[in-house]
Amino acid sequence: MATHAGGLTLEKTAVEVRGLVRKYGERAVLDGVDLAIQPGEFVALLGKSGSGKSTLLRALAGLDYDVDGSGELAVPANVSVVFQDSRLLPWARVLDNVALGLRAADERGRESLAEVGLAGREQAWPNELSGGEQQRVALARSLVREPVLLLADEPFGALDALTRLKMHVLLRKLCAAHQPAVLLVTHDVDESIVLADRVIVLDEGRIVAEEPIDLAEPRSPADPGFTAVRSILLDALGVSL
Amino acid sequence: MTQLATLPGVRAERDQTAVATPVRRRRRLGPGKPIRFGAAIGPVLLLGVWSIGSATGWLDPRVLSAPWTVVTTTGDLIADGRLQSNLLTSAQRAFVGLGLGIALGTVLALLSGLSRFGEAVLDGPIQIKRAIPSLALLPLLILWLGIGESMKITTITLGVFVPIYIHTHNGLRTIDSRYVELAETVGLSRWEFIRRVVLPGALPGFLLGLRFAVTGAWLALVVVEQINSTSGIGYMMELARTYGQTDIIIVGLVLYGVLGLLFDGAVRLIQRKALSWRRTLAD
Ligand SMILES: Nc1ncnc2c1ncn2[C@@H]1O[C@H](COP(=O)(O)OP(=O)(O)O)[C@@H](O)[C@H]1O
Ligand SMILES: [Mg+2]
Repeated sequence: MATHAGGLTLEKTAVEVRGLVRKYGERAVLDGVDLAIQPGEFVALLGKSGSGKSTLLRALAGLDYDVDGSGELAVPANVSVVFQDSRLLPWARVLDNVALGLRAADERGRESLAEVGLAGREQAWPNELSGGEQQRVALARSLVREPVLLLADEPFGALDALTRLKMHVLLRKLCAAHQPAVLLVTHDVDESIVLADRVIVLDEGRIVAEEPIDLAEPRSPADPGFTAVRSILLDALGVSL
Repeated sequence: MTQLATLPGVRAERDQTAVATPVRRRRRLGPGKPIRFGAAIGPVLLLGVWSIGSATGWLDPRVLSAPWTVVTTTGDLIADGRLQSNLLTSAQRAFVGLGLGIALGTVLALLSGLSRFGEAVLDGPIQIKRAIPSLALLPLLILWLGIGESMKITTITLGVFVPIYIHTHNGLRTIDSRYVELAETVGLSRWEFIRRVVLPGALPGFLLGLRFAVTGAWLALVVVEQINSTSGIGYMMELARTYGQTDIIIVGLVLYGVLGLLFDGAVRLIQRKALSWRRTLAD
């Protein structure tokens, strides 16, 4: 059984993970992961496909109750998850999707939709929206809960490059306003450098690199500092240029 | 930049071709635009053939009365009140049977769709019941309940609850597990989960079941009304048979048909309203 919040407690951190192991059958997909995230810190998690990123995120989200494993982890009570698919209920209007499970939250839902630039679309059906708009609704749904921790598993993975750039700007703005701790899973190195305060690299279930990102705003891929971090991260991912 | 520079030229070229062959916009693989009153074309055609057949004498009135005879007979039946009272009896039977069957099927589907224990206990027997046509149970039902109203209603209910159960249960079981995961991450309570995810998710299945159920109710109604009845459209037709009155038999058939269409139309309307979030090929 996966242990949750074992002996760990959260004092100054938003997430604490120690010696986390998760197994599918005999194979350890996570093989002793240690991780701490500060309140309000934006951490990007990079890794090759199959390196265990989603497994780690699902462990933090408490969605892996049927997975074998050991280790300790502590997460705040108020966690929001953004999935790669927007996962909007197709039979509920946009506003009802945002306020899902909240009581008397229509006003907050409206504000949250306005924040992601979708004021006026409250009564639309999800499948009337574009992919990018759907993902913005999903963001509104997560942030209206004022999460202490925001978990996002390749939230922009299915979007086109232009929409993705706009979403980066939006996400940075939203995180600055709401200040959640963020763990963003991505396989896009540039995305991780643009968005995160710190990037960690997962490989075969272990954290193999960790880079604080300390670049002048706005972060530009043309910045020499940017290029330097990128080559360090690509190296850690085993991609040689 | 080079692309931008060539753009005006490209546009001019397009405009020219657009004048030569106007672009026709249509869906290539869908069934095409709906035809206005398309559903009425077939029946009207049939009515035309029937009228011509009767007028030319090609259809013997003892085999099939002419449409106008049927109309005047309908007038007579309405005038002496027989049509209304029989129609009311039949409609009542259909409604009560449908209502009970829908309630039973829905409750059983929820019990068996939401709990593994419920499924273990209920699903097997209902699948067995499904394999036996409801009408085959008639001799047993007559022995148990006699030939009164309770036998008739029970037969209709049994014909209705099976399709409701099958399709609602299937709808429940095929709700995307990703939505279950979502419900967990946003912390829905069990009741909220049922109300916001399970019921709307199973609604398309339920409505499909409803359409089959309406047909089933109709079929059962026709059969039970011709066994030892003393009222109802079926009884009226049986009586007409003994006197060789094909016109009254046709009136009964038309009534069954019209009512069936009305029921089916009502279900379709509910379907359209309740599933407006879905965009399907037929829209
Ligand atoms: N439900 C599962 N059953 C068996 N193996 C799984 C399951 N989910 C993931 N895995 C395996 O665990 C490994 C890590 O998966 P995942 O965490 O999804 O990788 P990533 O998100 O980094 O691409 C993969 O090799 C995958 O095949
Ligand atoms: Mg993944």
